Amino acid sequence: MATAVIQPNTVEEKLIDELGYDDHFHEHHDGDKYQSNFITTYVFSQDHKIIAKQFLITGMFWAVIGGLMSLVFRLQLGFPEESLAWLQPVLGKWIEINGEGMGSLSQEFYYALVTMHGTILVFFVLTAGLSGTFSNLLIPLMVGARDMASPLLNMMSYWFFLLAGLVMFFSLFLSTGPFSGGWTAYPPLSILPEASAGSGAGMTMWTLSLVLFVVSVLLGGINYITTVLNLRTKGMTMWRMPLPIWAFFITAIIGLLSFPVLASAFFLVMCDRELGTSFYLSEIFIGGQALDHVGGSPVLYQHLFWFLGHPEVYIIILPAMGIVSEVLSVNARKPIFGYKAMVYSILAIAFLSFIVWAHHMFMSGVNPFISNFFVIFTLIIAVPSAVKVFNWIATLYGGNIRFNPAMLFAIGFVSMFISGGLTGIFLGNSAIDIQMHDTYFVVAHFHIVMGVAAFFGMFAGVYHWFPKMYGRFMNDTLGKIHFWGTMVGAYAIFWPMHYIGMAGVPRRYYSFDIFQTFSHFAEMNKFITVAAILVFAFQVLFIINFFYSIWRGKKMTTQNPYGATTLEWTTPIKTGHGNWPGKIPAVQRWPYDYGKDGQDFIPQIMPLKEGEHDGGH
Amino acid sequence: MTDSIMAEQTGSNRNKIHPKKFALWVACASMSMLFAALTSAYMVRQAAGNWLEFPLPNIFFVNTLVILISSVTLHGSYLAFKRERENLYKGLLLISLLLGLAFVVLQYQGWEALAAMGIPLKLNPSGDFVYALSWIHLAHVLGGITALVIALIIAFSRKFKVTPARKLRFELTLTYWHFVGGVWLYLVVFMALQR
Repeated sequence: MATAVIQPNTVEEKLIDELGYDDHFHEHHDGDKYQSNFITTYVFSQDHKIIAKQFLITGMFWAVIGGLMSLVFRLQLGFPEESLAWLQPVLGKWIEINGEGMGSLSQEFYYALVTMHGTILVFFVLTAGLSGTFSNLLIPLMVGARDMASPLLNMMSYWFFLLAGLVMFFSLFLSTGPFSGGWTAYPPLSILPEASAGSGAGMTMWTLSLVLFVVSVLLGGINYITTVLNLRTKGMTMWRMPLPIWAFFITAIIGLLSFPVLASAFFLVMCDRELGTSFYLSEIFIGGQALDHVGGSPVLYQHLFWFLGHPEVYIIILPAMGIVSEVLSVNARKPIFGYKAMVYSILAIAFLSFIVWAHHMFMSGVNPFISNFFVIFTLIIAVPSAVKVFNWIATLYGGNIRFNPAMLFAIGFVSMFISGGLTGIFLGNSAIDIQMHDTYFVVAHFHIVMGVAAFFGMFAGVYHWFPKMYGRFMNDTLGKIHFWGTMVGAYAIFWPMHYIGMAGVPRRYYSFDIFQTFSHFAEMNKFITVAAILVFAFQVLFIINFFYSIWRGKKMTTQNPYGATTLEWTTPIKTGHGNWPGKIPAVQRWPYDYGKDGQDFIPQIMPLKEGEHDGGH
Repeated sequence: MTDSIMAEQTGSNRNKIHPKKFALWVACASMSMLFAALTSAYMVRQAAGNWLEFPLPNIFFVNTLVILISSVTLHGSYLAFKRERENLYKGLLLISLLLGLAFVVLQYQGWEALAAMGIPLKLNPSGDFVYALSWIHLAHVLGGITALVIALIIAFSRKFKVTPARKLRFELTLTYWHFVGGVWLYLVVFMALQR
């Protein structure tokens, strides 16, 4: 009925109309009722595209908060002699002013800031902001579905995330401060309220917030997996899925298997905190008094935590890898090199991610013979990672490259992933880790490989799919300035940290003035802080560009501005409820037919010509 | 050809398994990880020593029987529903719910029996694990009971009719109830053997 109303104009629309699959979607108006007014369209929306934007903008909010926190503690680390009294109007009692009017960051609050920076960036920005945004936006659009399998659960996933964020946000304003025992929340700091100021109410809210967050991840993940496996359009076999979809799919599986383990770790933390059980607490004396906790094992918590914690870094990096693969291929005008090898390496990384967790615990008293096992599997992860890097570079080789901001960030991702990955090989060796553990070398390693690299993947995705989200383009020039500032600046922050880390400077220390041997790093610490401030300034540029472009950016005039092959570019510029106005497109070929038989690109909906080989897809 | 016929028969859904059913299976896999994590934590903690040994109160075994029988009656109710035997369906559904509620009460008595035999909370992690595992399992059972209550309200308030939507809803409830029963069986066998 309703499909007949659509008059196909373009070649793509004709193809969809001829070959597409008619699911009679527009004949019944099931979903329309939840998009009838402002509240249901923009606030309590069940449309995957709006939910994606909600995840993205909430993630950006948290990125700014988390980034500003790092600037505050970097100021203290880089310029311990300078007064921070000017921050008092904002931070209040957390800036301590001595008799001479010299203000410095309170030591308690320094630890709280470091803890919050880690928690916020790892969970709220790089998990929810990255995977939440792009899984929501791209899975239904790229596999040819009307929406997620359960739009309601999808909406709840976002609201649980927002609620988790609100609880965490309020904990920042507690008079005792937010939790300050490190983002890993090791006992006893996370269990004994008397251990530190943040271990009381701050930790209670931290746990509550993260339990809500786990619920959000699980609801989202169930949806992503079900949508990919059950709602693919006709012809969209698994081997014809674009690589971002493979990445989001595997990411969701990893999350679904590892986040419940974190929940169980937190459950036992809560029992220890609130009921006085002793799962994690061993014989402990505070102020000469023995506590009545007996027989617990703090290392048990570390096992449970890192069983999530290690897969978590792949939950962060795999979506970025998927996005980068797509952006590189589109902008190099070449098929991705080694498509199946890319998929198999994602699977291999996902499998290995579950059997390497104890490499975070080499120095926690784990049996060295058991460590060997974890060293070997950790180093084996270098194999699928190297396969991916080789394939990205091979995709670029001989490509007709368009250096737009999305492409620059995708190439930057490859650079960051190589630099950060190499130092991972150092740290994965338990013998070298004796020297390196808990130094700035570790900080440099994980910030480059999963912090900056994941951000680059996210930026590549935002620049690339911004037109799909808002119907307008972001400004190219500002985007390029943003890229070069961030690229150079990020290396300027983290490169020197390798050096001071190798010299043995420990991480998480408030100040180094009593260590003679570290005093000559003062200038380098200043340099790092200045670089961090500059990089933050470049991110402000990105945010301005983002919001300006939503309303004032260059308008999108064609459906497929990049000449890409995937299904999201066959939807109308203003993509409405149900994504396609008529039938669902049917897929005829794999997503990377660039430069085939003399054609620049062939969309996935174009049938194979007579005698054309499908390349085994 | 068969494809298009399938599509006709199942309406807009071309899939062999309904997405909601599949989503429930995925969720069950995820919940299994929670219990797998807690039971492996149990083993790791036990291996570290300082582990009090005591036999599990018999009431937990009685309870296992209760929840397994409720699984059987609920399955019977589902079969009766499919064969359009209304009274049998309603009766067995009611019995399943009552057995589910009995399970909750008996778990509570199990904790009391545990405390009465000298294993209160906070004495030793070996006892605390029994409490913690049964608490978190009970939280999942309460979710199942909610689903059963909804099923019962629908059964008694609406006119009896086997529609695809009602069948699907029943199947979801049934799958979840079997799942929580299965998890308890696993937990009780685990705790009985891993003393």
